[in-house]
Amino acid sequence: MRTVVIGAGAVGAACALALTEAGAEVIVLDRAGVAAETSSRCEGNILVSDKGPGPEADLAILANRTWRELAKRLDDEPAPGRPATEFEAKGGVVVAFGAGAGALEEFAATQRAIGIRAVPVSAAELRELEPHLSDAVDAGVHYPDDAQVQPSLATQAMLAHALRLGAEFRIAEVIGARHAHGRITGVDTSDGVVEADAVVNCAGPWAGAVAELLGGRLDIRPRRGVILVTTPMRQRVFHKVYDADYVGAVGSADAALQTSTVVESTPAGTVLIGSSRERVGFSAEDMLPPLAEIAAKATRLFPFLADTMLLRSYFGFRPYTPDHLPAIGEDGDVAGLFHAAGHEGAGIGLAPTTGELIAHAVLGSPAPLDPTPFLPTRAGLRSAA
Amino acid sequence: MTRRVAILGAGPAGLAAAEAALSAGADVVVLDEGERIGGQYWRHHEQLTDRRMQHQHARFARLGRVAEAATVHREASVWRVDTAHGIRVHALVGPADGSDREALTIDADALVIATGAHDRALPVPGWTLPGVITAGAAQALAKRDGAIVGERTVVAGSGPFLLPVADSIALAGGSVAEVVEAAGVAAIARGWGRAPWQLAGVAGKAGELAQYAGGLLRRRTPFRFGQAVTRIHGQGHVEAVTVQHVDAQWRPVAGTERTVTCDSVALGHGFTPRLEAAIQAGCDLSPERFVVVDDRQATSVASVFAAGEVTGIGGADTALAEGAVAGFAAAGGSLDDRRISGAVRARKRMHAFATRLATHAIGPGWTGWLDEDTIICRCESVTRARLSEYAAASSRAMRLATRAGLGACQGRTCGRTVETLIAADVDFDRRPVLSSIRIGELARLHHAEHKEQE
Repeated sequence: MRTVVIGAGAVGAACALALTEAGAEVIVLDRAGVAAETSSRCEGNILVSDKGPGPEADLAILANRTWRELAKRLDDEPAPGRPATEFEAKGGVVVAFGAGAGALEEFAATQRAIGIRAVPVSAAELRELEPHLSDAVDAGVHYPDDAQVQPSLATQAMLAHALRLGAEFRIAEVIGARHAHGRITGVDTSDGVVEADAVVNCAGPWAGAVAELLGGRLDIRPRRGVILVTTPMRQRVFHKVYDADYVGAVGSADAALQTSTVVESTPAGTVLIGSSRERVGFSAEDMLPPLAEIAAKATRLFPFLADTMLLRSYFGFRPYTPDHLPAIGEDGDVAGLFHAAGHEGAGIGLAPTTGELIAHAVLGSPAPLDPTPFLPTRAGLRSAA
Repeated sequence: MTRRVAILGAGPAGLAAAEAALSAGADVVVLDEGERIGGQYWRHHEQLTDRRMQHQHARFARLGRVAEAATVHREASVWRVDTAHGIRVHALVGPADGSDREALTIDADALVIATGAHDRALPVPGWTLPGVITAGAAQALAKRDGAIVGERTVVAGSGPFLLPVADSIALAGGSVAEVVEAAGVAAIARGWGRAPWQLAGVAGKAGELAQYAGGLLRRRTPFRFGQAVTRIHGQGHVEAVTVQHVDAQWRPVAGTERTVTCDSVALGHGFTPRLEAAIQAGCDLSPERFVVVDDRQATSVASVFAAGEVTGIGGADTALAEGAVAGFAAAGGSLDDRRISGAVRARKRMHAFATRLATHAIGPGWTGWLDEDTIICRCESVTRARLSEYAAASSRAMRLATRAGLGACQGRTCGRTVETLIAADVDFDRRPVLSSIRIGELARLHHAEHKEQE
C-alpha cells in the first residue's frame, strides 16, 4: 500500500512511523521541511491533567503510555541527524487561587473516576513540590503522569526513525489531487505527481485548506498561541505548573484572546511561559496584548519571574476544530483520503496514538481504541460555524 | 497640525534625520540605546576620547544641537514597533541592567528607522581564544575608553573600515602588526579604479581614508591585500595567527601560510544591517536583505522611512545624506524643496562610493579555512560539524536540534554565518520582541492597559 503523508509535523511524523511499521510504503511531503511550523512553536505537552472525561481523555491516557515506550525506543538508538526527544516525565501541578480551589477539586474527582492520577495537595505539600510558588496559592492537584518532549526534536526523531525503516521524505508543496472512480489516486505537487493508494492529510492548521485542495471537506481553523522564553537560570520550577483556568481556555470556542498560565523549565535552563489562545486567522499582528497578559499572569504564579529577562518569544498556530476533538479517519466524500488533524494544543501528546488510529483506518491494523468519536464524518465537524 | 516624527537611532543617519525633520517643522523624538548620541561612528566619551579619532567632529557638534529642539531619549531600548494601527513605539529607558526602567510609549505620524549595522566577523579556527575581538569592538574600545585589547594586534577582514580601526588602535597606544585585507590588489583596482584612499570626487571620504592610510605608512604598518587570517593560535590566549593568500573567491591557497606573532586579533568582514525593527514594522526587504526604499527613503510601509546602513552598507557620509532626506520627507517635506537639494545631491555622490564597497564583499570560499570542530555559534558552542548534521532539516528544526542562535545573542553574531553554512534562510532577525525586557516590565504594560479600561 503506497501512502502519501502530507505534513511533517508531529502528527505527520507519527502517522508515517505507524504506517511504515505496519508495512505501508510511505512518502512524506512537506512544503518547508520537518517540524517547520506548529510542532516547533509549542511546548511539547503530553498531558492528562487538562482532559475531562470523554473520548479525548481516553485518547490522552493511552497516548501517555505509548509516548513512554516510544521515547525510550527512539532515544535508545542515537544516530547522526537524529536528536533525542528530551522526554521528561516531570509531572504537572495545577494550582488555584481562592475560590477556584473548589472547582479544581471537583474537576479532579471526575478525572480520578476515569483512571487519571490526580492527587490533591495541601499548601505545605505544594511548597515542597514548588518552593518558589506565590504565597497566594493555597490549593493544588498533582498529576504525576503529565510529561513533555522537546516537540521539534521529538518530531525529527520520529520522522528519522520512519525514514530508517524505509519511508521517504520529500520537500514539496501539494497543489492538487488525482482522482479515479471517486477515489484519490495521487497528489500533484510543486515537484511533480506522486501516485498513491492512500493520502493522509496531516497539515495541522492548514489541513482544512489541504482537504479542499484534494476534494474533501474538513473544518479546521488556526488558533494563535504565544510563548515566552526566559534566559537560562538555576532551576526554580520543577513541574509543569498551570493555573486552574487552563482547562476553561482549552475547551472554549471564544475567538477573543484568552490566556492561562503554564510555567515550566527546560533542560537548557530556560523557563517557558505560556499560553494564549486567539482566533485571529494566520495573523502576526497585535502581539502585545497576549505577550503582556501572559507575563502578568505568570508573575502572579511565580513572583520571582518579574525580575527574569525575556530571551525570546515565539508564536504559532494550533489546528482548531469547532467541537474540540481531533479529526482522525477517512474523508466522507473522497475514498482513500484520510485526515489526522485538529488536535489543537494536544497534537504532540496525542501523536503516537493518532498514528496507530491512522494505520488502522488505512491498513486495517488493530485499533488502539474505538475510532468512532474521532471520525471526520461526525456531525460536530460538518456543521458550518 | 505639527507632524510628529519618531527616529530610531542617533548615529549619523538618525541625527541627520532629526535635523532635517526639525527644519521642516516637525515635532521630533529620537530614541537611542547608547549612553551618548553619535552611534558607532561618533562613539565618544567627554574625557576619554582622543579627538584625533573623532572624524567630522564639527558636523557632529552641529548635529548634536538637535538635542536642544528634539526630545532625545538616551539608553532607550526599543522593544516593539507596531504599525498596524498607526505608528506606536514601545521602549524602556534607563541602564539595561537597571530594575526600574521607565516605560515609554510613543505614538507618531511618521517613523525613521536608522538602526545602523553590526560589524561582522567570520569564524576562524581559534577565534574563541581570549584576545580576539571584532574590529568594531576594537574601535569602540579605543574611541570611547582610550583602551586597547593587546600590545600587538593583527587587524584582519575586508573593507575600508579596517583603516580607521588600525588607526584608532595606534592612536590609543597599541601596535598594529599587520592589516590583512582579503580583497586582492587586482579586485581593488577594478572596483575603485585606484587605491580607496586616492578616490577623488568623494568629498570627505577621500580625505578621511587618505588620513588613515597616511598613518599606516608613517608607522610602517604592513598592509596585505588578497590575504586572510585563516587560523589563530595560542594556549589560553592569542599568541600568533596564520596569514594566508586567498583567491578571488576567498579560498585559502595552500602553501602560502605565514605565521605572524601577536597577542590580539581584530576581525572585521564587513557589516550586517540591524533589521529587526524594520522587519517588525513590516518593511519589505531586498533579496540582499536590506530595507527597500524609494527616492524619498520611504519604505513599503506607509509613513515609515529608513536611512543609513539598514538600506545598504555605505558608511557615515551616505548615512548622513540619506538621513537628511528621510527626516525631511518624514516631516512632510518635498524633495523639490531647496533646503534638501544638497542632501539629495550628496546621496547620489555617496551611492557611487557605496557601490564600490562590493569589491570587499565576502567571497564564498572562506568556509575553506574552517575545521569541522570550529565553533560557529559562540553562545551555545555549536560546531560546523553539528550544523552540517542538520543542514537538511527545516531551519527551525535545525535551530532547535543544534541550538545554533538560541543563546544570549539570539543569532545576532552567528546568524548570517549559519545561513551561509546550511545554505538556507533562517530569519534570525524576525522576532516579536526586539530587545531585552524583564517579564515584570512586560507585565506592567498589561496592568497599565487594564487600568485605562476601568
